[in-house]
Amino acid sequence: MISIQNVKKVFTLDKNLITAVDSLSLEIKEGEIFGVIGYSGAGKSTLVRLLNRLEEPTDGSIIIDGKEMTKLKGKNLRQARQEIGMIFQHFNLLWSRTTEENIAFPLEIAGVPKTERNKKVQELIDLVGLTGREKAYPSQLSGGQKQRVGIARALANDPKVLLCDEATSALDPETTNSILDLLVDINKKLGLTIILITHEMHVIRKICDRVAVMEKGNIVETGNVIDVFSNPEQPVTKKFVEQVMSNPDVEESVDNILEHVEKRGKVLRLHFIGTFANEALISEVSKKFPVDTSIIQGKITQTQNGILGTLIVQMVGNTTEIEKAINFIKEASVEVEVIRDDT
Amino acid sequence: MTLEFANLDWDKLMTATYETFYMTLIALTGTFILGVLLGLLLYLTDKDGLWENKVINFITATIVNVFRAIPFIILILLLFPFTYFLIGTIRGPNAALPALIIGAAPFYGRLVEIALKEIDKGVIEAAQSMGASTRSIIFKVLLPESMPALISGITVTAIALIGYTAMAGAIGAGGLGSYAYYAGFQRRAFDIVFVCSVIIVLIVFIFQFIGDFISKKLDKR
Repeated sequence: MISIQNVKKVFTLDKNLITAVDSLSLEIKEGEIFGVIGYSGAGKSTLVRLLNRLEEPTDGSIIIDGKEMTKLKGKNLRQARQEIGMIFQHFNLLWSRTTEENIAFPLEIAGVPKTERNKKVQELIDLVGLTGREKAYPSQLSGGQKQRVGIARALANDPKVLLCDEATSALDPETTNSILDLLVDINKKLGLTIILITHEMHVIRKICDRVAVMEKGNIVETGNVIDVFSNPEQPVTKKFVEQVMSNPDVEESVDNILEHVEKRGKVLRLHFIGTFANEALISEVSKKFPVDTSIIQGKITQTQNGILGTLIVQMVGNTTEIEKAINFIKEASVEVEVIRDDT
Repeated sequence: MTLEFANLDWDKLMTATYETFYMTLIALTGTFILGVLLGLLLYLTDKDGLWENKVINFITATIVNVFRAIPFIILILLLFPFTYFLIGTIRGPNAALPALIIGAAPFYGRLVEIALKEIDKGVIEAAQSMGASTRSIIFKVLLPESMPALISGITVTAIALIGYTAMAGAIGAGGLGSYAYYAGFQRRAFDIVFVCSVIIVLIVFIFQFIGDFISKKLDKR
């Protein structure tokens, strides 16, 4: 869907050359939610702005849906841009227009006739959940509502791609979640390819299929969210993953915790890696097998591709029953590691 | 100085007031159009503007600065040949219009430029990301988004223009300035000067009130 090949962007600032994006290549598949994460200054914002040529690339080529963006000019470029929606951190709405007029804006640009425009605007208002706020001006809307207007506006011309430049960074956690849910919803409903730039790992965790980690203008690590989360390789990636997963201090102290656990049965570490295991797995085990299972420590998180995290449990009971229980857990494609055996 | 308004000719006063309104309104319209064009040109050709162009920006800025630097009373005199060429006379309210517009438009142009610079760059970027042409950006983003500032700017300019019409009047353009100067000051009929001043102050208040009202009404921020 999107193919970025050897793209480079060099800025001149006070006669100094600054390479914001350095020979970067990336492939993004149709219909996926692709996250790009990095600290500020990593070049991620420049990267997303290169995609619709808000920034001119210094070198390299960008192909979106078969069109070589980097070769387009004038009217062709403007038409190609109509097929790429974009939402912004600070929403960038026209304060002089109401909700419906803001959403109609890209349709006016595309030259859609009035009756068709009104119909489309109403559909979009319903889609993003702003019914009743049609006549409100941006100053009368909350941050979350403003971003909903931004999303509706970005979707007006039925784009194939949606670019999100830190779209939730100015919102509180609860509003962030509702906006992310909306993005997943439109991704599924409309089959839209979404590219999302963020510095918040929980955004990636919550909605992305794949992720690229950027540092100093380059991608240092890329892969399925689940793989990157369960096995981060680069130091930056590890730092980001720690944002949402247990931190190493806690990991190290597992031995300490075990000291206070009575030496009975088996202590197991369960690894949930992208499994869609029933969240009630533990209680199911307790019901099916005559063993007592107690949770000692755990950190479990939900991603787009299933549950991710670890759980340390103690199982006490008949040895064969424990074995049966372990097999049952393994069948749910959860990795089981015995870290202490006192049977 | 007598305050019984013995010297006052009400017909002449009405005509003078009408002429002042006439000159102000026509000149204001011309100033608005020319000023918006100048302001847009300054803004668009500026660094990082949509039509970034150092040469045009420099030329426009120079013209604006030169015409703003010339005192209005001298500008009228300098423009006599041009006025004569355009209007066919150098007397009367119509003859004042070229000088009024050329005197006020550069000032308003700068105010327009400032108003445009206040627009959030992100909004322009959003319009670009939707595939808007420069024309669409001008008419659908730049002008509507800066409208309250454009209106308060034209209000300030209108008040300056009322002052200019009085000056133009003193050298034969008609209006309240002319009446106050020729019939009033030169014949020691200070009641005329006084009444003309009061009317000018009232006109200024009216313009200020209307300007503030419209500007506030348009501002949805």
